[in-house]
Amino acid sequence: MKIHLTINGKNYSHDVEPRLLLIHYLRENAALTGSHVGCETSLCGACTIELDGKAVKSCTMFAVQADGAKITTIEGLANDGKLHGVQEAFWNEHGLQCGFCTPGMIMASKQIIDRNHAPSDAEIRHGLEGNLCRCTGYQHIVNAVKAAAAAAGK
Amino acid sequence: MATTITKTETLVGKRIRRREDPRLITGTATYVEDIQMPGMHYAAIVRSPHAAANIRSIDVKAAAAAPGVVAVFTGKDTEKVGPVPCGASLPDLRVPHHHIMAIDRVYYVGHAVAVVVATDRYLARDAADLLEIDYDVLPAVADPEKALAPGAPAVHPQWPDNTAFNYHQEGGDIAKAFADADVVVKQRITSQRLVPNAMETRGVVAEWRGADRQLNLYTSTQVPHLVRTLVAGMLGLEENRMRVIAPEVGGGFGSKLNIYAEEALMGFVAMKIGKPVKWIESRRENFLTTIHGRGHVDYYEVAAKKDGTILGIKLKIIQDLGAYHQLLTPAIPTLSVLMMPGLYKTKNVSADIVGVFTNCVPTDAYRGAGRPEATHGIERMVDILADELGMDPAEIRLKNFVANEEFPYPTATGLTYDSGNYAAPLDKAMALADYSKILQEQVEARKQGKLVGIGISTYGEICAIGPSPATPAGGWESATVKIEPSGTVTVMTGTCQTGQGEETTFAQIAADELGVDIDNILVLRGDTSIVQYGIGTFGSRATAIGGTALYFALQELKAKVKLFGAMLLESDDVTFSGGQVTCNKSGKTKGLAEIAGATYRAMKLPPNTEPGLVATHFWEPPNFTFPFGAHIVITDIDKETGDIAIRRYIAVDDCGNIINPLIVDGQVHGGVAQGLGQALWEQAVYDDNGQLITGEFMDYAMPRAHMMPWIESSHTITPTNVNPLGVKGVGEAGTIGCSPAVVNSVVDALSHLGVRHIDMPLTPEKIWKLANAGGTN
Ligand code: FES
Ligand code: FES
Repeated sequence: MKIHLTINGKNYSHDVEPRLLLIHYLRENAALTGSHVGCETSLCGACTIELDGKAVKSCTMFAVQADGAKITTIEGLANDGKLHGVQEAFWNEHGLQCGFCTPGMIMASKQIIDRNHAPSDAEIRHGLEGNLCRCTGYQHIVNAVKAAAAAAGK
Repeated sequence: MATTITKTETLVGKRIRRREDPRLITGTATYVEDIQMPGMHYAAIVRSPHAAANIRSIDVKAAAAAPGVVAVFTGKDTEKVGPVPCGASLPDLRVPHHHIMAIDRVYYVGHAVAVVVATDRYLARDAADLLEIDYDVLPAVADPEKALAPGAPAVHPQWPDNTAFNYHQEGGDIAKAFADADVVVKQRITSQRLVPNAMETRGVVAEWRGADRQLNLYTSTQVPHLVRTLVAGMLGLEENRMRVIAPEVGGGFGSKLNIYAEEALMGFVAMKIGKPVKWIESRRENFLTTIHGRGHVDYYEVAAKKDGTILGIKLKIIQDLGAYHQLLTPAIPTLSVLMMPGLYKTKNVSADIVGVFTNCVPTDAYRGAGRPEATHGIERMVDILADELGMDPAEIRLKNFVANEEFPYPTATGLTYDSGNYAAPLDKAMALADYSKILQEQVEARKQGKLVGIGISTYGEICAIGPSPATPAGGWESATVKIEPSGTVTVMTGTCQTGQGEETTFAQIAADELGVDIDNILVLRGDTSIVQYGIGTFGSRATAIGGTALYFALQELKAKVKLFGAMLLESDDVTFSGGQVTCNKSGKTKGLAEIAGATYRAMKLPPNTEPGLVATHFWEPPNFTFPFGAHIVITDIDKETGDIAIRRYIAVDDCGNIINPLIVDGQVHGGVAQGLGQALWEQAVYDDNGQLITGEFMDYAMPRAHMMPWIESSHTITPTNVNPLGVKGVGEAGTIGCSPAVVNSVVDALSHLGVRHIDMPLTPEKIWKLANAGGTN
């Protein structure tokens, strides 16, 4: 099936098998390997992207279901070499160690802040429920989301 | 907050944001799965659904004929590949031959039986389903105590008692200690099987360049050089024809401190098909086939005087080994024995280990590797003893601590504790917790029928593993420092980070020593063709040993820089600091770049000196380091639901000097999360048929953001004199300190109901039953 999508502001079209997962399309057809596969069963969030303004787990969708969508992946967050506020905050606050969960975490965190300009600790933790991190114990991630929200509010 | 970096600043000790992060936060880092090559093929591994079975036949015809399939290999095809190595040696250890794929019998669910190679990952998986394997299912045993019972199914038919080894160690006079005792407390304590679950599963890309006889192996590992030596051996390939690259590694926690069948298997496949091949472990495979951790049943007896003085400790460990020995499997419980006295003075110990085969995936090193089990045991026993004697848990610990003036302290298990001030973190944690106030509050709460618990653990740790005689493959570490002609600095370390941040901490060390801007420094690791031989990252060793190797390489270079500087300044009275050599008489200076240029241009050389500025140092540590700390956990238990709420988590860790406090905090948080996972939620459960019931994230409860308490992390600092940096290591401390503090807290909350011990994980169901009925689970 032929699909057309906009990813990080660029147009992509490919002929794909109906069963191709969106995460595999992004990583292999579009060569955007920033989104990761941690489980393939929608339980870890490593594959989180933004699709038509919503954070979604791209391992739970087929590429054909995303036909016509506007997608932002981790690679599309920085603008003209300037990091997005959430990226900057993850860096400043040491919100990552091995970095494998990080692209998904950043995309999920961005959505938390997009929806709630001053999230509480509990709201941040709730918003990150779908994203597993084995390295950080989440504390520095919570700090990063708070810092990013504060910086965005300024 | 990050600090801005200027050239004159001392960087060691600063909260500097990490230099590896830009690629990680922009999605541009390269993990194994991100590697693409022209002509890449994909492997899918067919695995046993049975824990024990004879393989009657395998029919590969349909799979081999499926679209896109280029090859199918079974265990018979790979029979000549060398066995998966076990590096541990114990007296009379039984070592089953560990083929990279099963040949005529499978020993655990997930055991590799065949590999299908296709041009596309989906086609490889499709074809894998077409393999017809006829199994003759046999009885299995998955529980180590059941495996020891007479008549249990034999995991390996040649050893019907399922015993891989018996190990005994003792120190002092254990019989006298128990004869002199006023009180002896006994308890069975388990440390359940855990799944390490690095977020990046394992993965291998193998590329064979036949004309050059060159095998390039990209693998997600903590030990690339060991992989090269051992996998080259398994494949019968000359070691210098193999290049192992650990690109970005998405977490390891010990699970990637190993040599896995798939590393050799992908090498084998690439050499057979002459094309690059990629295998990425699915999460399901990760649960089933990457090593598990823990798996202890421990029987403790502690002898003491009425005043709380511990006289002796007896321990019997039943270690669930799984079906095979992976790299260090049988050695892990011996670390528990070394650590069994904890921070306490007692000189009388006796330990026995029975290593037991089960039809499960092997256990091996998982964050802490043997030390969490030992610490959990002794810290639980000290609480049980305090309870028996009516003493305060803090008081009994303070009474038995090795005293400050006793260091270096030779332990009953043959170690020498380097340095310590064991009361310091406990005092600090008690002050932070407002200990006497919270005790008072607990009394009031109990009157109102509320359940409040206060739990202490004071842990000790073996880090900087380790002196070579104590390790199977060398315990040193290496570093090379090159100052290039332009004055930029490249560090190559034999350690291999999986998230610990050595690209930053090592750059901090080098920047300070050379007095140059940190941006001039590049730290490389993880490629056997670039980096000199190294051991790797595990056992909280990277900074303490790898950082020290770096420190000594830098000293060597500094001496040479000074020599060239003196020559250029035509003076023999010079100082090297702040990135330049200064003539102490004239005050004239030469910068590092100019000197570096002169060493390569070599117009003139100081006497007996060669051109260039490169130094390599292999550092052999004279001892381990022994960090310590105190964690205090305050819990509130909901009697109606059995839920445990952690009101406060106070961690005071002493890991010696700190290079980067931001990174150290991160290590503590992550460590505590894994300790808490064990204490409250995680457990690898096999049923009686050897099926892993908790084999997905759906069933295996990993800590998530909303489950974690706020961790109040602080430190005391007692440097070690084992290395010149004074650093001890912190990678595993959080995990080790955590589980006993949590369990002690919950047991404390229920102690007035007659609860004395609860085995992990402390599920709400267990707690609800105890809160409402009392007793011991
Ligand atoms: S890979 Fe999509 S949620 Fe885990
Ligand atoms: S940083 Fe490693 S999994 Fe989150």
